[in-house]
Amino acid sequence: MSTAIETPAEQIEKNLEELEAVTIRFAGDSGDGMQLTGTQFTNTSAVLGNDISTLPDFPAEIRAPAGSLPGVSGFQLNFSSQHIKTPGDQPSVLVAMNPAALKVNLADLEDGGTVIVNTDGFTKENLKYANYATNPLEDGSLAGYRVHKLPITTLNMNALKGNVELSRKEIDRCKNFFALGVLYWLYDRPIENTLSWISAKFGKNPELAKANEISLRTGYNFADTTEVFTTHFTIKKAKIAPGKYRKITGNEATAIGFVAASQLAGRPLFYGSYPITPASDILHELARHKSFGVKTFQAEDEIAAVCSAIGASFVGQIGLTGTSGPGVALKQEAIGLAVMTELPLVIINVQRGGPSTGLPTKTEQADLFQAVWGRNGECPVIVLAPATPADCFHMAIEAVRLAFKYMTPVFYLSDGYLANGAEPWAIPEIADLPKIEVTFANDPANFMPYSRDPETLARPYAIPGTPGLEHRIGGIEKQHITGNVNYDPENHHLMVKLRQEKIDRAANDIPLLEVFGEPKGKVLVLGWGSTYGSISTAVEKLQSEGKSVSSAHLRYLNPFPKNLGEVLAGFDTVIVPEMNLGQLATMIRAKYLVDAVAFSKVKGRPFQIREIVRKVEEYL
Amino acid sequence: MSTTGNGNSGNGNKPIIEQAVSADSEVGSAVSGKIAPPPGQLKKADFISDQEVRWCPGCGDYAILNNVQKVMPELGIPREKIVFVSGIGCSSRFPYYMNTYGFHSIHGRAPAIATGIKCGNPDLSVWVITGDGDALSIGGNHFMHAIRRNLDINYILFNNRIYGLTKGQYSPTSEFGKKTKSTPVGTIDYPINPLSLAIASESTFVARSIDIDVKHLGSVVEAAAKHKGISFIEVYQNCNIFNDHAFDQFAERSVRSDRVLYLEHDKPMIFGKDRDKGIRMNGAHPEVVTLGENGITEADLLVHDIYLQDPSVAFMLARMEQPDFPQPVGIFRAVERATYEEMMTDQIDAAILKNGPGSLDKLINSGDTWVVE
Repeated sequence: MSTAIETPAEQIEKNLEELEAVTIRFAGDSGDGMQLTGTQFTNTSAVLGNDISTLPDFPAEIRAPAGSLPGVSGFQLNFSSQHIKTPGDQPSVLVAMNPAALKVNLADLEDGGTVIVNTDGFTKENLKYANYATNPLEDGSLAGYRVHKLPITTLNMNALKGNVELSRKEIDRCKNFFALGVLYWLYDRPIENTLSWISAKFGKNPELAKANEISLRTGYNFADTTEVFTTHFTIKKAKIAPGKYRKITGNEATAIGFVAASQLAGRPLFYGSYPITPASDILHELARHKSFGVKTFQAEDEIAAVCSAIGASFVGQIGLTGTSGPGVALKQEAIGLAVMTELPLVIINVQRGGPSTGLPTKTEQADLFQAVWGRNGECPVIVLAPATPADCFHMAIEAVRLAFKYMTPVFYLSDGYLANGAEPWAIPEIADLPKIEVTFANDPANFMPYSRDPETLARPYAIPGTPGLEHRIGGIEKQHITGNVNYDPENHHLMVKLRQEKIDRAANDIPLLEVFGEPKGKVLVLGWGSTYGSISTAVEKLQSEGKSVSSAHLRYLNPFPKNLGEVLAGFDTVIVPEMNLGQLATMIRAKYLVDAVAFSKVKGRPFQIREIVRKVEEYL
Repeated sequence: MSTTGNGNSGNGNKPIIEQAVSADSEVGSAVSGKIAPPPGQLKKADFISDQEVRWCPGCGDYAILNNVQKVMPELGIPREKIVFVSGIGCSSRFPYYMNTYGFHSIHGRAPAIATGIKCGNPDLSVWVITGDGDALSIGGNHFMHAIRRNLDINYILFNNRIYGLTKGQYSPTSEFGKKTKSTPVGTIDYPINPLSLAIASESTFVARSIDIDVKHLGSVVEAAAKHKGISFIEVYQNCNIFNDHAFDQFAERSVRSDRVLYLEHDKPMIFGKDRDKGIRMNGAHPEVVTLGENGITEADLLVHDIYLQDPSVAFMLARMEQPDFPQPVGIFRAVERATYEEMMTDQIDAAILKNGPGSLDKLINSGDTWVVE
């Protein structure tokens, strides 16, 4: 295959400088392919051995008007030769494909950071769309930054014109690969990984494959030869624990975690779901795994989705439903039914900004109360929350294990940031994964549908098809042991207590809360869910400065780990950073009478490390 | 959730709970405790649970229960492979009275729960018991979608045209203008016809019967059970407390043969005490004619065909009502189409055939991987 740019006669000398970490944000129209560009850069960096962490940030609109501010889609990637846990507080490099992308993202760029712009995107019309009175590339407003102005659309057109049989529009759509080629050179990445992705992805359309390949190669060669760049950078492999790794997003890890749980339990997985952002990718991923016997059911609504999962649980499958906050609101009555009938069930909530439709593509943690208390009656369930994208895999297995062992619904609280964010995942050995025991009742002689295991208080799991165990369950209160319909006041009081006690006893079955740092000191930063990366990095930074700060991260929110009270008692101040108005903080205060400080951020974006550092410093 | 103290809640009451957990049952159980005889030897009594039936005396539900229990042994299905699922309402207590597996769920959702049951174990005989409020108001969405998917489920709607369990509000099938507790000067809701809706939802089996027409009801239930795919039956069911005599106009024994049209496959549509009335097409419209008048013979009458793929005639029949027409009962439609759970299983089998059974090791090691030494 020929490339469009000839190697120039004189190759200028370029410096190669080593950096520890770089944070790039790719930004453009939602149709510009910025998510794809970011993902490719991420994959290449991961395979190269850097540690990585990503933050895709896209609008709810599929294709907002081209060039408009609401249409800007961004993808932030932090890659490093050190261990990192967040996508970076501030990008050091901003790639902006048009004025709107520049306008929306420039404020986040660090002082003196690098801006790479597609000058072809800075038309009069686009400047107007982005509310620029004057062209920022010419009016000196970018003086504080290192700006590289590249006519990417033109360069890409020149590279492809006459070389491929594509329309002008199709050629222009390849420009993100040109930009990617430039970035690959600039950060000393090989292009091979993306080349093989292109040939796999566009195998059925050789002309498109050829075009994208030319764009990528030409972008790379252009950057290598142009006088615009005098220096490029290298980021060494990260010193992370030996092992085999893959890049994984939270939603991917969630989906394959539940497939793994199904294999470990020896029970088929049934996933009832209704499409909703940001949970739909779990449905897409699970629908691909039919060879594992996975049944996916796209229901007519959220209620049918959870009800179908309950039906599947009743007959011995792993009943799983997945949604986001508004969907949970609709499912709650049925979750109450699963509590009453004491059937295993797992509910995935990939939390997003609320209330109502809220911020569908942005992250939030404001459904903790909804998970713990959001049903009618005294209706306890187990609530878990993975801490990182890779942790989603392990907590999925944990959710299924507890659901079966305690015959109860289990909430699995992910969020938009975990769902779409990626990190390297040390692939586990199958033999090291926990076993999940599922025991079905089969002895008619002693069978009582609401008798209980003396240790867990779980009732027997008697599935249809078992001779002699025919029985009836339902949402009406049942008599202790016999399972007959029963309205007796004493019986109801007892059953309410039993259902609560059963969930409380699950605390005997979960790990104790680990403290990172000294077990006693001035400040404990307590978190849950996706805040793990920011909190632990902030606390490590303060610890390295000799400050009396520790952190702890709750992956089990109901019941709490048994030692939580003891951990809290070791510190003068407990700070709880949450992407809500203080829900965990309220639970901590209520249960342990600890004057926990709620540190709230409800902006649809994750905490920055420095925000947490500053907050903690107030209490030191 | 208990929020007091450190540690876990409920500690103060542990003795009660421990006592409760260790206590043996002193009362009768919700289960039979014994394995049923093989399918060929099952009797009606094997399907009667030990639970006291709590419907109002004189309720039409008794007749339906009695009929279903009677039909069950005829089906040749082992008792443990039968599941009754219901929603909320008087009819939805039904599963408690059947000595099979049962699930009394929440309002309107029985079809969705039954979908999970049937997909989870296609080997089970699954029955949905519902009412006009449960199926057509709060559960309207599930009604339509469960039917269009053509799961092999038997779906019996007890239509009493009233809300009974909430004590007498109008339902989606109540006649226009009906005065009830919630409509003291009469409803201004136009009622919905369950069969029209079922046919519009592409139901592959559609039937109707009457609670007190015991023989007919039994035969319809049996045919529904034998149909592969969704089987929808509307049963006119009298609520003698809140909507008594709702169907007397045609269902009452003395007028029934003159005002009910019993649909029979491959037979001309004839009704009347003297078998002298019939249905004939006049252009695009049905009309009632008298045999022998104006030279009309059986050959002029519409012949019922339950296997017609085109649902138009079934729909037309479903719209015929007293007093202009006899009220049709029987099987309106019975066509074949692959079931949802079959196709779901087929897709899984095809995937396994193509790729082999899933390997967890391969799955977690897929995608771009790299090794850190």
